[in-house]
This record gives sequence, structure tokens and C-alpha cells, in this order.
Amino acid sequence: MLYIYMLGYDVDFGHMEAVSLISAPKYPEKQVGYIVTSCLLNENHDFLRLAINAVRNDIIGRNETFQCLALTLVGNIGGRDFAESLALDVQKLLISSSCRPLVRKKAALCLLRLFRKNPDVVNVDGWSDRMAQLLDERDLGVLTSSMSLLVALVSNDHDSYWSCLPKCVKILERLARNQDVPQEYTYYGIPSPWLQVKTMRALQYFPTIEDPNTRRSLFEVLQRILMGTDVVKNVNKNNASHAVLFEALALVMHLDAEKEMMSQCVALLGKFIAVREPNIRYLGLENMSRMLMVTDVLDIIKRHQAQIITSLKDPDISIRRRALDLLYGMCDVSNAKDIVEELLQYLSTADFAMREELALKAAILAEKFAPDLSWYVDVILQLIDKAGDFVSDDIWFRVVQFVTNNEDLQPYAAVKAREYLDKPAIHETVVKVSAYILGEYSHLLARRPGCSPKEIFSIIHEKLPTVSTSTIAILLSTYAKILMHTQPPDLELQNQIWAIFSKYEGCIDVEIQQRAVEYFALSRKGAALSDILAEMPKFPERQSALIKKAEDTEADAAEQSAIKLRAQQQTSNALVVTDQRPANGTPPVTQLSLVKMPSMSNVDHNPAEQGVSQANGTLSVVDPQPSRPSDDNIGDLLVPLAIEGPPGSATLSGHSPVFGFGGAPNAEDALAIAPVEEQINTVQPIGNIAERFHALCLKDSGVLYEDPYIQIGIKAEWRVHQGRLVLFLGNKNTAPLVSVQALILPPSHLKMELSLVPETIPPRAQVQCPLEVVNLRPSRDVAVLDFSYKFGTNVVNVKLRLPAILNKFFQPITVSAEEFFPQWRSLSGPPLKLQEVVRGVRSMSLVEMANLFNSFRLMVCPGLDPNTNNLIASTTFYSESTRAMLCLVRIETDPADRTQLRMTVASGDPTLTFELKEFIKEQLISIPTASRAPSPVSLQAQPAEPPQPLPTSSPAALSDPGAMLAGLL
Amino acid sequence: MGIRFILMVNKQGQTRLAQYFEYLTLEERRALEGEIVRKCLARNDQQCSFVEHRNYKIVYRRYASLFFLVGVDNEENELAILEFIHLLVETMDRHFGNVCELDIMFHLEKAHFMLEEMVMNGCIVETSKSNILTPIQLLDKAS
Repeated sequence: MLYIYMLGYDVDFGHMEAVSLISAPKYPEKQVGYIVTSCLLNENHDFLRLAINAVRNDIIGRNETFQCLALTLVGNIGGRDFAESLALDVQKLLISSSCRPLVRKKAALCLLRLFRKNPDVVNVDGWSDRMAQLLDERDLGVLTSSMSLLVALVSNDHDSYWSCLPKCVKILERLARNQDVPQEYTYYGIPSPWLQVKTMRALQYFPTIEDPNTRRSLFEVLQRILMGTDVVKNVNKNNASHAVLFEALALVMHLDAEKEMMSQCVALLGKFIAVREPNIRYLGLENMSRMLMVTDVLDIIKRHQAQIITSLKDPDISIRRRALDLLYGMCDVSNAKDIVEELLQYLSTADFAMREELALKAAILAEKFAPDLSWYVDVILQLIDKAGDFVSDDIWFRVVQFVTNNEDLQPYAAVKAREYLDKPAIHETVVKVSAYILGEYSHLLARRPGCSPKEIFSIIHEKLPTVSTSTIAILLSTYAKILMHTQPPDLELQNQIWAIFSKYEGCIDVEIQQRAVEYFALSRKGAALSDILAEMPKFPERQSALIKKAEDTEADAAEQSAIKLRAQQQTSNALVVTDQRPANGTPPVTQLSLVKMPSMSNVDHNPAEQGVSQANGTLSVVDPQPSRPSDDNIGDLLVPLAIEGPPGSATLSGHSPVFGFGGAPNAEDALAIAPVEEQINTVQPIGNIAERFHALCLKDSGVLYEDPYIQIGIKAEWRVHQGRLVLFLGNKNTAPLVSVQALILPPSHLKMELSLVPETIPPRAQVQCPLEVVNLRPSRDVAVLDFSYKFGTNVVNVKLRLPAILNKFFQPITVSAEEFFPQWRSLSGPPLKLQEVVRGVRSMSLVEMANLFNSFRLMVCPGLDPNTNNLIASTTFYSESTRAMLCLVRIETDPADRTQLRMTVASGDPTLTFELKEFIKEQLISIPTASRAPSPVSLQAQPAEPPQPLPTSSPAALSDPGAMLAGLL
Repeated sequence: MGIRFILMVNKQGQTRLAQYFEYLTLEERRALEGEIVRKCLARNDQQCSFVEHRNYKIVYRRYASLFFLVGVDNEENELAILEFIHLLVETMDRHFGNVCELDIMFHLEKAHFMLEEMVMNGCIVETSKSNILTPIQLLDKAS
């Protein structure tokens, strides 16, 4: 049956038989039953429940071989049910002295499986002593498996297992120096290489070794391994000894040993990458690049550069990959030029599987370490020329960005682009870049021979018949630009270009057709043309998309398709950049009077809507007509109204979607906040906005808002008191979204800068808008994103809370008892230490609460409080005014009444203490459940703010919006 | 977590033994085996024994017409796995006496027992040949 399964057929007909064999009394039957079950079933299979009792009987039974079989089964497929019912028995077996090693080694691994699968079920507190005891074991089988268990435990929590460290070193000594091993465990004269490797692996999970004696003896052993390993004839012996050697190298790197030992390691690695044996060479390269990450041995490694470059030409793709990785890692300013040139040269001969990666890496290196920018442009153009098919669009967008942002570079880039166009056969991507650059900057070289507008036009036009539609669109823009830069106008050229435009007016591709029509119309307007087609503005500087992409590429290759998808999105993203011209260009001609309105009205929205800022999730459809008044009279009429509106009402009715209130001080522009009719909402958000917000409070990326037309995703990075959010605005439709506006209404404690949001999001495109956040001082107030767009005749306006909240500026730290208690005592009494009894806490177990705290980056420190019903958490808060500030929290719960608890918060700053206390309280009593469905019109007041049952906090919460408004006015 | 799967594949690309330590559906297994086998069988002796595939690293070794492929994650020592394969082969040798593809085909269950003794849940348990073979001898005696 196994054989059938292996061949890939379904064998569920036999599952029942297999399971029933387990309870058979005879050994062979049992054996077969166990093996088949563990191979065929997975942990969630229903039949396993049937077997669980039989397995348990075997485990607690007396027959050792049966015990072994049962343990193996559990070790291979044990799931949650097994963990719950068997963990204790297995633990007992592992430490009992009466069992034979045979059983105990299985028990160790079985426990490992159970622990890995369900760490919450298997209790391993206080296991460190037992582990230490286990490591004293003489039997190598037990040792090997205990070591695996240790690796898992230590990687989870290294603090508790310090006591095991010297034992590991002892084992290593015993194996490597004394060679005190039974005959059957030596493998080609090497004492159990696997155990040695595993032990060193375990050692790598400890951060450092402090005890000087242990350290010394460990280094002694390592030294012996490093020096004592020679190349021998026997392949197996050679491999085994090198396995140990490489593990030793990794350990040395990890320990950050003395300089001398390090350079010894590098010398060894240098020797390895030159040997003929491919396995060793491969590992040599890999370890060298690993070494780069840990220590500063770059200079020594650079000596091997030539050798590494040779490896790049190895016939074996695995080795080439490693060499490429290493080159990429070791590149810095001093050797960038050589390496990139080498990569370029190699590019033309490299095989297809690697070219894309190669091109990407070369581009990143060129960008990162470019000694001067003209060199960068050279390299990239060469790159595109050589490997056009493998150059993703990001690469050439990046060049264009660079050129646009550096004026000195423009003429040079134009010359280069011109040169490339002269080549007989060029890649389409080169045409794209060249056309783009020449369109923008060809006028800078108009005086050179062969660079008059006409010549440039004709040389670009030659390429037109051979390129694809996306390139044609770019070419059309280029023509329009050439035309614009030709002063005085050249009639002949003009006619030629017009002829092309009119030819493409009937093109089947909408993009091209639109461009052709628009450019044709524009170019007839004469003077207006030059305004509209002026040089592209500088791009906002942002993180290179390439580096981001490289990070992705390093991820799972199975996600390739996802990356492709992303690449597509980025293509469309960049389309936005190029599309800005027509999009921004059209309005001035047709409706000049309206052009500036959006931006000015934004300003006005600002104070008025501050009051609304807490009312997240408000979604109102604004009737487009009144909100876009075409003359100033309406605005004038409204001014008195606006002033008469009592300022206080703005605070109280802050949740109201009627924007007319609020004393807009610069009244002449008040037109944009004209009161609008409330309409029945036609655009419903998908999913609960409040819930999405809560989810984002706990993690750093996800969807902030979604409706049938648009999806707003968010991705955030936080570093001390600064943060960087990227908003991903994705148009889900086949029609563009227009009048897109995004406005940040920051609370007073946050400094936020949103980069330019394009007014139009093209169909199916995604736009990224970075947002920089600086935290000035502690506060619980939430920043609000006021986002609106127009789809068809609907104006959709949503206000979304941004997850830039207090806990994002925490850095979890663990404190030990010695650190905690003095701190706790030194912060005595209010206002630095506040205590409050909180009632109405939503029910959760202590573990859940600890998890909640941890997810808010409040690190729960177990074991500090002798009472197990209490929690101690600590974190560091960062803001500009407080700098790094330690915060300590103690929660005392009442096991009899889970709905109340006493909370004590302490920190070095009174505001911080207060805000943190309120923040935690909100989290403990608020219930972010789906029951709060977003009402279509508007949510009353702060939807996620909990109903505050405590008199002390409610005035504070109520006064918040008012205070905020006051601060802004 | 160490070893993810162990495959034995003959020169024609037919799988002779497969043992997975993580759950994959049948289709996934078939696809994975196909890709890996194609990748590894195309390589020659001068190339190194490690191939990266998806997020696995495949360590392989060839014995006559049979390929032993072991998929590991990034936390394993490649050379140690390479030697582990050899140990496995030596163990089989000791049991079958000059092991060949047919032995494994017709005594699949024994090969599985051996593997079971040597690897559990992706970790190496036992490296002593006599210890590995005890239960199998027990089995032979019983039947």
C-alpha cells in the first residue's frame, strides 16, 4: 500500500486497516500498522483519534519495543490531541532512569515534536535542570536526540538554559579531544560527526559565553578542529570532517572570537574556495558571505576577490549563485566599479536562469555604490542593452528618476541615450529609456551635431514600427515634448508630428489613442503647450524599488508568481508617474478657473475637520455639485454662516459629517466646505473599518480600508520615535478614479508628512504614498487620514484612523528582577506612578492578556511577581521630548472576578504615565467585535473608544477633540 | 527543523522511496518530486551535491543507478547530511548485503523501518548501525 501511495495514488481505503493494526498484539503487525499510519496520515486526520488510546496504552505499557513504536508515531505525526493527552507521559519516560536509552531517545524527539507543534500545551518551565541532567548522559543516541530537543528549546528561550551551556562544551570536548566514544558511533574514525555538528549548532543559539573557563575550553576545541582537519583521500571521511569544520567555523563567527582566530577562519575559507572539490567550494563561498554579515573582515575577504570571480564562471549553477551572492555582499565603494563591470561582462554569457537576478543585483550595486552618477547611467544603459529581456521595468524607472532629480546628469544622459539609438539593433527597453530621456532633455544638446530636434525625431521615429504599444505611448509623449522644445517652431517637423498624432487617433489601444488626441489638441493651443509639457518635476526621493524587489526575490521562490504580480503592480504604479502629464495637463486648458481649487479647499478642510478626526469610519457621499461651486459668491455667502456656527458645536458634533461648522479663519476660501446634502450612501465599505484599524494596531501591514472601488493598504516600519508608513492606494476598477485627495490630520503630538498623492489613479493600478511620522510626545490621540475620490458622479469621502498609535513607539524589553525592583521603587507615587482599579474588563484568561500585552509591544516578564495572577510588563517608549523612557506596568487580577483588575503604571514622565495607563485601559475594556457594524451615515462619536465606565477618564476623553481643535486654532 | 523529506529515485526518475516529515498533499508531492528529480538528474559528477530549490536545499548523492535526495532547510549542515546519506546506505548494505535498487523496491517496509529508526520528525536519532538494525532483526525473528 505504501508503494501505491508513493507512486502518487490515493489510498484512503486502507487507512482504517492500518489504524486497527496498531492495536494488534503481535509485534510485526503492530510495526506495520504504526509505520503505515505515520506515513499515510497527517496530524489532522480523523482516524488518528481512533488510534490515540491504543497509542497511549503502548506508551505506558511495559514492552519497550512497543513503547518505541508508539513514540515514533507520535513523534512523526502527533498533533494537538496527542499533545494534550500524552505530553506528561512522554516527559516522564524521558527522565526516568529505569528506561533503556532506546526508549528515552525516542521520548526526547517525541517531546520535541509536541513542543514545536503546541508550545502552549507542553509545559517546559523548569526543564532546564532536567535538560542539564540529560546532557550528562553517556549514550550517544540519547545525546543526539536530546541535543535536537535542546536546540528547539534554546532557540525559543535561551535565558533559561544557561546551565546547559557548559555541558555542551563538555560533550564537545569529550568527542573532539578525548575521542571517548564507543566504536559503533565512530564514523570513518570521526567520533559521531552528527552529534558534534548538533552540539555546535546548539551553542550558536546562546548569545555569548561569559564564563571565561568555558569559553577558553571551547576555543581550545574549536582551535583543534580548525587546525586538525586535513584533506584526506577517503571521500566520506573528508566530508564528515569538513562538516564538523564548517560548523566550527559558523560557531567561531557567531562567538565573534578574537581577531586572530577570525583571520585564521578567513584564510581557511580562502583555501576552500580555491579547491577542486565542488562541495567544499560551495560551502566555502556560502560561509564567506555569511561571515560578511557578522564581522568586519571585509578587507581580508577582498583579497580573494579574483578567486570568487572565477567561481562566477563555474559550470555549476549552485556555485555560481553563491559566488554572485558573495560578490553582492562584499561590494562596497572601493570595489564596486570592478565588481559591477565584472557582472556586466558576465551578463552576456550567463545562462537564462540567473540573468534576471544578476541584472537586478548589478543595478542595485551600481546605485548603492556609484562613485559618480554618470558612471551609474553608463552602467544601467549597458545593462539594459545587454540583458534587455531580463531587466525589469523598475530598473529603467529608477534611471529616469535619477536623471530627473539630478540636473547635472541630464545632458550627459541625453548624449548617451542618443548614442545608443545609433546602434543598429537595440532592445525595446533601451528605446523606452532613450526616448524618455531625449524627450525631456534633448533640447539641452540641441547645439551638438546630429542632435537637432529634427534628427532626434527621425532617429526615434525609425524605431516606432518595431515596438510594442506601451513603448509607442512613450514615443508619442516624446514627440510632443520635442515639438514643445523646438523654438522657434519648425513647421515641417510640426506637420510630421501632427500627422503621426492623427494617425494614432484611431488606434485600437485606448492609452495611445488618448495620448494622440490630447497631444494633438494641446499642440494646437500653442503657448499653453509649453506650460503643460514642462519638464517633469523632481521625483520624491524614496527607497529604491529595486532594493525592495531584491528582498522579495530572496524570499521563497514559490512566491515567484506573487512577485510577478507585484511587478505588474509596480508597472502600473509607474504608469501613474508618466501619466501625470496628461492628467495634470488637461484641466488647465478646459477649466482653468477650477484648477487650484482642490488644493486650497484641502487647507480649509483641515481645521474644520480636526473635530471630526476622532470619528473614524465616517463615510459620506458628497454631492459633487454643491461642493464644487463655480463662483465665489456662494463662498462669500457662506462665510457668515461659518462664523456664526458656535465653535463649541464643532467639538461636540465633531462626528457630524456636516462640515459647515467650524470657524474657518481664512474665510475667503470657505467655499469648499460648503454644507452638503447628506445622501444615502451608495458606496459601502467592505469589512469593518474599526476592526481593520484594530488589527493594524497590532501588526504593521494590512488593509486599512476597502470598498468596491478602492483598496487602501498600509505598511509601516517603526524605529524609535520615527515611523514610515506607506499607503497603497489600489484602484480596483477598469475606470480611473479621479479627484483623489488624501489629507493627513495629525494630532498635535505627531509630525506627519505625506508625499504627493496623484490626483488620478489609473485603472487597476496601485499608487504608493510614503508617509513620515515623528512622535513628539506621548499621547493617545489618533491621526486621521481624510481620503476622498470621485468615481463617476459619486464623491466618496472617508475618514480613517491611521494606526500610528502610542504602542507603535514602544520597544519591548525584558527586565530582570534586579533591574525592575529598584526602578519600580524609585518611581513612587503620582504623577510618575499611577494606580487605578479598572472594572468591566472584557473576559480573558491571563495568558490571553499576556499575549495582548506582548502584541502591543509591552513585554510581559514572567516570574517577576511571586503571585501568578499578576502580570508585569515593561517597554521603552520613544518620542522626541522624552527620548527613550522605560515604562513599567503591573496588573493585578482577581482570579475570583475576572472583570476587574488593579493596574499600576510607572514611567519617568507624568504625561507618559497617564497616557499609557489610559491606553492600556482602553485596550482592556474595549471590545473590537464585528457587532459594531459601520452605520452607513456616520458613526456616533469615537467608534473604537470604549464606553468609558469610569468617571475619571470620561471628561478627559470628551475634552480631547476640543483640546485638539483649540490647539489647532 | 532539519530534514524535510527523503527521496530515493532511480536513474529513470521513478521514485523508489519517499518519506516526508511535513505534510504535503499528493499533488504537491508529485510536483515537487518531479521538479527536483529533473533538476538533480541533469547534473554531472563535477558539480557539487547541493541544489537550491524553492526554499529547500537538496542534498543528493548518487549510488550506481539510485539517487538519494534529502531536502533540508537552512538550518542544517549540508555535509553532515551528505554523510548521513552514506550512513543510511551503509546500514542498508549491512542488512541486505550489497544493497541494490531491487532490495529497496521489494523490501520497502524494511527500508522504512530503518529510516524510521534513524530519523524522526526531521532530526537524526541514531547513528549506530547495530542499534538501528535491532528492531528489524527482532521483526525477522518474529516472523
